[in-house]
Amino acid sequence: MSLALDSHGARKGGHAPPIIVARDLVKTFEGPDGAPFDALKGISFEVAAGRLTALVGPDGAGKTTLMRMIAGLLRADGGGLQVLGHDAAQDAQEIQSRISYMPQRFGLYEDLSIQENLDLYADLHGVPANLRRERFARLLEMTDLARFTARPAGNLSGGMKQKLGLACTLVRVPDLLLLDEPSVGVDPLSRRDLWEIIEQMIAQEGLSVLVSTAYMDEAARCERVHVFNKGEQLAEGTPGELRARVAGLTYVAAPREGEPARDLQARLIDAPDRIVDAVPSGGEVHFIRRPECAADSLVDLLVGCEARSREEELEDAFMLLLRAHEEEGEPTAPDQGGEVALSSAGPERGQDGAPIIVVRDLVRRFGDFTAVASTSFDVRPGEIFGLLGPNGAGKTTTFRMLCGLLPASSGHLEVAGVNLRQTRANARRRIGYVAQKFSLYANLSVRENLEFFGGAYGLRGGTLRARVRAIEARFDLDPQAQSGNLPHGYKQRLAMAAGLLHGPRILFLDEPTSGIDPLARRAFWRTITQLSQEGVTIIVTTHFMEEAEYCDRIAIQDAGRLLALGTPRAVREEAGPRGQDMNSAFIAIVENARAQERTMPGGPESVA
Amino acid sequence: MEALSALIFPILTLIRKELLAIFKDPANRIVLFAPAFVQTLLFGYAASFDLTNVPYAVLDQSHSAASSELLARLDGTGVFRREATLANANQIAQVIDKQRALMVIAIPADFAETLAAGRRAPVQLILDGRNSTTAGSASAYVASVVAAFNAGREGGQGLELVRRAWFNPNLESRWQIVPAMVATLSVLQTLLLAALSVAREREQGTFDQLLVTPLTPLQILVGKSVPSIVVGMLQSTIVLLISLFWFDIPMSGSVWLLYLGLLGFTGASVGIGMSLSSVALNMQQAMLYTFLIIMPLTLLSGLITPVRNMPEVLQVATYANPLRFGVDLVRRVYLEGAGLTDIYHDFIPMFVIAALTLPLAAWLFRHRLA
Repeated sequence: MSLALDSHGARKGGHAPPIIVARDLVKTFEGPDGAPFDALKGISFEVAAGRLTALVGPDGAGKTTLMRMIAGLLRADGGGLQVLGHDAAQDAQEIQSRISYMPQRFGLYEDLSIQENLDLYADLHGVPANLRRERFARLLEMTDLARFTARPAGNLSGGMKQKLGLACTLVRVPDLLLLDEPSVGVDPLSRRDLWEIIEQMIAQEGLSVLVSTAYMDEAARCERVHVFNKGEQLAEGTPGELRARVAGLTYVAAPREGEPARDLQARLIDAPDRIVDAVPSGGEVHFIRRPECAADSLVDLLVGCEARSREEELEDAFMLLLRAHEEEGEPTAPDQGGEVALSSAGPERGQDGAPIIVVRDLVRRFGDFTAVASTSFDVRPGEIFGLLGPNGAGKTTTFRMLCGLLPASSGHLEVAGVNLRQTRANARRRIGYVAQKFSLYANLSVRENLEFFGGAYGLRGGTLRARVRAIEARFDLDPQAQSGNLPHGYKQRLAMAAGLLHGPRILFLDEPTSGIDPLARRAFWRTITQLSQEGVTIIVTTHFMEEAEYCDRIAIQDAGRLLALGTPRAVREEAGPRGQDMNSAFIAIVENARAQERTMPGGPESVA
Repeated sequence: MEALSALIFPILTLIRKELLAIFKDPANRIVLFAPAFVQTLLFGYAASFDLTNVPYAVLDQSHSAASSELLARLDGTGVFRREATLANANQIAQVIDKQRALMVIAIPADFAETLAAGRRAPVQLILDGRNSTTAGSASAYVASVVAAFNAGREGGQGLELVRRAWFNPNLESRWQIVPAMVATLSVLQTLLLAALSVAREREQGTFDQLLVTPLTPLQILVGKSVPSIVVGMLQSTIVLLISLFWFDIPMSGSVWLLYLGLLGFTGASVGIGMSLSSVALNMQQAMLYTFLIIMPLTLLSGLITPVRNMPEVLQVATYANPLRFGVDLVRRVYLEGAGLTDIYHDFIPMFVIAALTLPLAAWLFRHRLA
């Protein structure tokens, strides 16, 4: 840290001038349908030196565009941008020699080892040899990668890759550090570690850091927050200033005895005229009242549930801003509540039915690597069942085996009463599948896609046509639109529609909410809870831990093993005092399991 | 009946989807058919070993009626174009070196006298050996002109050089090339289309979506193969029409037999393409594999060089090449008018190739892990 003080010690005291000054920045791209798309619509803001500043906003807010402009990689179509006193359009080279930039997908050389990657980036940045040893030692210690220096970067887990990326970005001490969504797709443990590294660097070296993120708990750790949506800045301030905007509007309500929290949440979120936002959390429901609505107007929504005030969080302020901004364009959110029954299952939910999915001692090996180790669980009809785990935990492998996409190495697997290891085509007829990435045919129209999948599931003639039309109406889809050009939220709806055409009894959803904005996520979960009420069994994987609260039961996996299984409440309780919310419960459970593993003689080093 | 249509209908749905996916893209529509036109015309005109417009130069030191007559005969063939008339022997090297002329005819000063005296009159022919094929043909052509000249001088009693060839009476290489294109041109596109069909879906994630439907691997295989075969046959038809009506190459055999052969041939090509596609993890790999095998397929097909001229090892290797049998089959049916009994043996290797590669592809659908 002594090396840092030489260049930065002087700046710590006194009032520093802004290091980024943006004036009316405009950038237009060509959208997928060929129409121009405004990524930035006249952005002005300043970032002060020596601070941790956050750019927050949903996908498509313009965060990455802005980051790339500040890094001198993208030229604005209009407006002015000064970075470290240089004009970003004129002196990009000047700026690049003084900043460090970590893009969303950092360019690690997968065939090189951790050490070789560090060496390479140190060479690229011209870090003098005498400084390297100390610097590397510190970075490796902070990232906890010292044990693996000889391992090729391609063999690291997602979280470890991201930490190595950060280490490579920090091989020199920059005047400004730009981090573009460093924690996207990273599990809660690695996310926590990444932030500890960033905060350590700021404390010890007085770095100026600009970080973009979609996570509000991360933004809450920053000194200053700029909120973006659709190319516009909605607000800026300290987290405290932003929180003050929702002061007195935030509540928590407990559902009635025996009622799932998500049913109360659904009632609340279905009243957008009075409620800004509602999410299930810790077995209760957190919600935000509209400022213009009196508190006593909510009584009929709560029907007997008691609502208490709760302390406002940054997320609440963000949702309020976002909702207000979205409503400027269209006054009411489109209603997804059509009347078509989507499942042939019928409402047979409850605890008593025989399980619809039976998994016993399921194992999947790839060579000597065990991706899923002896896993057993049941899913009951009408349940929402969540598979949670860090990247590489085995949840995708488990999920693919359940859908019949991957044969199991051993174990028993029964879906809708059909043994998946024998009659897979039959089992597939009873399930619907929505992939993580949009995976319908992009150059076909909505209707062509739906007709194809309907036909593939054996629907024909009048039945097929009627079904396709009904489902188009229910999901509010334009049959003639080309699928690839749909906005993200509508692509998701189309994927759901295709998965539900044949009225499956079970719907598999793989990371359905990754990469969609918070409002679309709420709407999406509203559809899911509605489907569940109609009797569809839902299996869902997610890395948003708070979404586990929508599930009836969840399973937590790590390094191929099933660590916890039960209702969200039971899992939180299992985690002990640390598990107040799902995120911390998850961290506690995974850490406990890993600690146990390490103390066991001969236990493998867990690297997932 | 109901069970059968429940089996067939999803396949038809898949075929419709594949054709839509192929033809909805305007760029695809052009890419699939424009090259068939352009390349057929290109090969028809450019890939020619025939002599036309051969530039030559003359060094006439005789300046006699006899030498003028000989040169008039040469110019009269239409094959040769006089590029230069030289004044002395030093200029010969110049025109040959600079490739202004493929050959130089040097007529000595005593040509007319020697001839009149009834002795053999030497005429020197200097050829550019760098272009051996054309030069060889040119010298043979000149020899025939000289023979005609000699014959004319002896009052029609001398030898007459008679050239007669089977199947291609004028030995036009276009006849050798263009009908073979019916098979050759479609193979690249058929392979590529089949190779991309699964790889594209794997890359875009739609293949998983397809695999979770109740479609069986066999249904997927048929649904994906048929559109590629249809497109391949359409391309062959384009080339066939150009060959028949633009280049006026007459067809001797049966159209039905030709199409039966093309069906077998395209099926085998699609089988190879589908296997490549199922092995490839993304479109880039699929394209690379296709281009890697297309060159040996063409070289070992007998399109340009006869298979029997190849080393024995390579001759054995050609049995794995559907194009070899496709080219043979098309040429024999088209030019020779061969019947099924003459060419049934061409079907066997194509059938074996299809019977191995198509089931392999179907097996790989589910067993090729990302």
